[in-house]
Amino acid sequence: MSSNRKRLSVGARIIREQPVEFTFDGRKLAGYRGDTLASALLANGVTLVGRSFKYHRPRGIFSAGPEEPNALVTLGTAGRREPNLPATTLELADGMVVESQNRWPSLAFDMQSVNGLLAPFLSAGFYYKTFMGPTRRAWMFYEHFIRKAAGLGRAGTGVDPDHYEVRHAFADVAIVGGGPAGLSAARAAAAAGARVALIEQDFLLGGQLLAEPSDSAAAAWLRQAEAELEGFETITLMKRTTAFGSYDGNVLGLVEQRDPTNPQPNGETRQTVTMLRIRSIVFATGAIERPMVFSNNDRPGVMLASAARTYLNRFAVLPGKKIVVATTNDGAWRTAFDYAAAGAEVTVADLRPVPPAALAAEAGRLGVVVRAATRIVDLHGGHAVRRVTLNGPEGQSSAACDLVCISDGWSPTVHLTSHLGVKPVYRDDIDGFVPGVFSASQFGAGAMIGAYATVAAIEDGHRAGIEAAASCGKSAPVSAPSKLDLGETGSSVLREALPAGRAKAFVDFQMDVTTGDIELAHREGYESVEHLKRYTTLGMGTDQGKTSNFPALAAMAALRNATIPETGTTTFRPPYTPVAIGALAGRAIGHHFKPIRRTPMHDWHMANGAEMLEVGLWMRPYFYRQSGRDVNDAYVAEMRNVRQAAGLMDISTLGKIDVRGPDAAIFLDRVYANGFAKLAVGRARYGIMLRDDGIVFDDGTTTRLAENRFFMTTSTAKAADVLSRLEFLLDTAWPDLRVAVTSVSDEWAAMSVAGPNSRAILGAAFPALDVSDEALPHMGLLESEWEGRGLRILRLSYSGERAYEIYVGATAGEQLWSCLLEAGRLLALKPYGVEALGALRVEKGHVAGPEIDGRTTLDDLGLGRMAGKRSGFVGDVLRRRPALQAPNRQRLVGLECIEDGKRLRGGAILFLPDEKPHGHGRGRVTSVTFSPERGHYVGLALLAGDVAAEGSEVVAVYPMKAETVRARVVSPVFVDPQGERLHG
Amino acid sequence: MLRIECPCCGPRDHDEFRYGGDASVKRPAHDDPDPEAWYRYVYIRTNPAGPHREFWQHVTGCRQWLVVERDTRNHAIAAVDFARKLPARKSTLRKSPA
Repeated sequence: MSSNRKRLSVGARIIREQPVEFTFDGRKLAGYRGDTLASALLANGVTLVGRSFKYHRPRGIFSAGPEEPNALVTLGTAGRREPNLPATTLELADGMVVESQNRWPSLAFDMQSVNGLLAPFLSAGFYYKTFMGPTRRAWMFYEHFIRKAAGLGRAGTGVDPDHYEVRHAFADVAIVGGGPAGLSAARAAAAAGARVALIEQDFLLGGQLLAEPSDSAAAAWLRQAEAELEGFETITLMKRTTAFGSYDGNVLGLVEQRDPTNPQPNGETRQTVTMLRIRSIVFATGAIERPMVFSNNDRPGVMLASAARTYLNRFAVLPGKKIVVATTNDGAWRTAFDYAAAGAEVTVADLRPVPPAALAAEAGRLGVVVRAATRIVDLHGGHAVRRVTLNGPEGQSSAACDLVCISDGWSPTVHLTSHLGVKPVYRDDIDGFVPGVFSASQFGAGAMIGAYATVAAIEDGHRAGIEAAASCGKSAPVSAPSKLDLGETGSSVLREALPAGRAKAFVDFQMDVTTGDIELAHREGYESVEHLKRYTTLGMGTDQGKTSNFPALAAMAALRNATIPETGTTTFRPPYTPVAIGALAGRAIGHHFKPIRRTPMHDWHMANGAEMLEVGLWMRPYFYRQSGRDVNDAYVAEMRNVRQAAGLMDISTLGKIDVRGPDAAIFLDRVYANGFAKLAVGRARYGIMLRDDGIVFDDGTTTRLAENRFFMTTSTAKAADVLSRLEFLLDTAWPDLRVAVTSVSDEWAAMSVAGPNSRAILGAAFPALDVSDEALPHMGLLESEWEGRGLRILRLSYSGERAYEIYVGATAGEQLWSCLLEAGRLLALKPYGVEALGALRVEKGHVAGPEIDGRTTLDDLGLGRMAGKRSGFVGDVLRRRPALQAPNRQRLVGLECIEDGKRLRGGAILFLPDEKPHGHGRGRVTSVTFSPERGHYVGLALLAGDVAAEGSEVVAVYPMKAETVRARVVSPVFVDPQGERLHG
Repeated sequence: MLRIECPCCGPRDHDEFRYGGDASVKRPAHDDPDPEAWYRYVYIRTNPAGPHREFWQHVTGCRQWLVVERDTRNHAIAAVDFARKLPARKSTLRKSPA
């Protein structure tokens, strides 16, 4: 086994019988099962782990948990590569491949560390000052280099072979955090009768108890607590699971990492997101230790005091033999004592003038040097700390060391309650923010509400567990928890003052924000914590400022001469720790990204050369490859065939709604702008609906099947909206109307036969039916049966040619489609796709989605005559608003291209010929097509009414392709303006 | 993440519903010609911080339009009922067409 030279020979919670091999930047290293990557690196004497975001300063391991700002690494290779993972939360597993980040060419020798020399220029607000105003263009040039230099790890570009899952789960009570408070809460809630989910981000339960020696009373308590919990079938233990967000209605977002030490050869789910819905929640999220701020406090070898204790007692790693503990409180002394007991040479620099006598006595017994009223002012060493400069009553002195442990008190972890809008409130006695008022079904316990001592946390958790269970109606009697008193003494309220004028004193390690940046922000007026955050980027790293938030606002409070509550705190938002997008997506990727809707004739299209197009969720034939080389060739050929012979189109995607009831005609009369009450049975009518604000909503045809029964079609895109709107009107506006609406979209396959040969084809396909013009006139209906299914033939035209829409029971769709093609074989019937369909309607001047765009009125579209003098329909009153009558309002016109060899493009902006093409212009081209009949490109456009006289010229500008083309304003009906072909 | 107690289908996740806007505004009668009334109905909202009556449709369930009383400050839902049970209003029904 290689090195592990900093590893002690006994104790701790690693499994020495199970060595684990991994590589770091290509170097083969070893640790043990039970290690984190961070503890294994420290055991191997690796102190330099990464480079900082902005200045590329060398950084080491700073914490032992998810608050880690420095030791971010990239895990895995190829498609499994995942960047920016804190080494402190990665469970060590065999074969792990780990790389350091943000360094070039190597971690030890980094070219861009010269950025550190440029620090005076890269201070807060650097980008705003440098690249705004007249120098803004410079950004375009420098952006590439700046983005390359500053940054974190890079994700892989390969396809990730692993699975991710999203699931929903339920319980009575969720306990977030498996420390002493959480364990005690889980036991109490389960004993009271509740179904409990206990959520712990670590792979071991215990929280801060894991920092206690493995042969201590704490360890015994923990063993007993775990055994007790395992006795409850009603407790779901979720280790390796982080609650990343808490949401309204007692929902927690959880992300669970798989057990990396137990790989499944047949593939497995790497991460699982669980949306956990519970009836009550106990937040037992603990607290995060705060760093002290002094020059070069970011060097490798500087560590939070509690983290140093965790590495010693949980992982048997002694990262330093000569250590300085700098603190303002009692807690860090425990680190000093444990290190001294493990054989290290220890100095405690306590900022307090008179540290507690009991601590001083214990220090004396263990040979710990105590320096009261003393702080670290500077630190020396590059890739590892060598010595610190101390400043105390006897002046400045130097102390050699290889590990510096710092603690400036603790901050309760209030992130999750903050997500819910529970404002943190400042508590003087603990000098920290705790959650304000919880909602009735949520409870806090332990350190997160300021109960730092273990004995109090256990009692607190017990109380919260009972209350949480009671709020779900579970209140069986619960026995008292076993006590554990670790004798922690109270937290100090002395906090280190801002070290004014100190260089390179870091507050936010991950975002490279120093006290100097905070002073600058203050000087320039960015005093509010929210401004401070945005101006300096403080707290905007992947760690969300877990260690930096409080020191920064304390520093700002001091600069403003204000109290901490006056200065306030920023709002925490989900996620608590970064969550991979892949985990949130779960299985909804690739083919499963969204559902696909296929028409009954889909298989035929696929088997017969159709190029398919996604239209919303629908797959529709775009064009058929036998019609031409590419879409441009094909659609023109398909159009010609419709105009000259006949075409067959799959229109099953249209929305279809059954409207029935004694008041159905009155209802339709109100929802359509044109009248339907007088529509005769057996006849169809084109209808157009408005929104309440007078803007056009959708169009379609509605056929009267019987006195009280109608068959409505809608556009493909608006099918769901129209149905919902009709239901809204019936349920809320006119509940007195006796009408029922039902979607029948999927019940019917629909196809359109269009072209001069269409009647002959129909006759051949349905020899038993009379399809003569007398029996089936334009806008007529023929109802029958075909192969045992319902059949409706409507004589309607979208293309302007004689045409029939044929509806048949969906299961017979493909059969009828083939039957029609067979019947039309000698009459040149060919299928056509949506591109030709759209082109035919443009030639005919029919409006569709590009024109009915949620901004146009009936008058804009030239359809004002449809409403005529009617009133009392939806949207009627507001469509008359004066602003909608303005003479320069854009309205529908036809355009024809008058330059040889050029084309119109949808989206082109329209200008007058003598106008400089700048800005929004006079209108825009909405739809275009090549017109085989006209021999050039034609289009529909919305053009300002005051310049839209027929015969006038405009210029269509398409800046994306630098195209400018002249066009003439004409009638939007390019083909058969008299409508004679409908009967041809 | 709201959970709406549909009076027809029971408690359901809000993913199953479509939001339909403010239910406290009074829709003018279909043949009310007053532009001011329609303007108020379409555009004027009180946007309260507190209890708010709003329409939701259970689109992937029973398709009923519901009136939900939701507190905009914390999303607590105090009441859910069918929109059709709204206080009876004056009939807007005309005589059936001839």
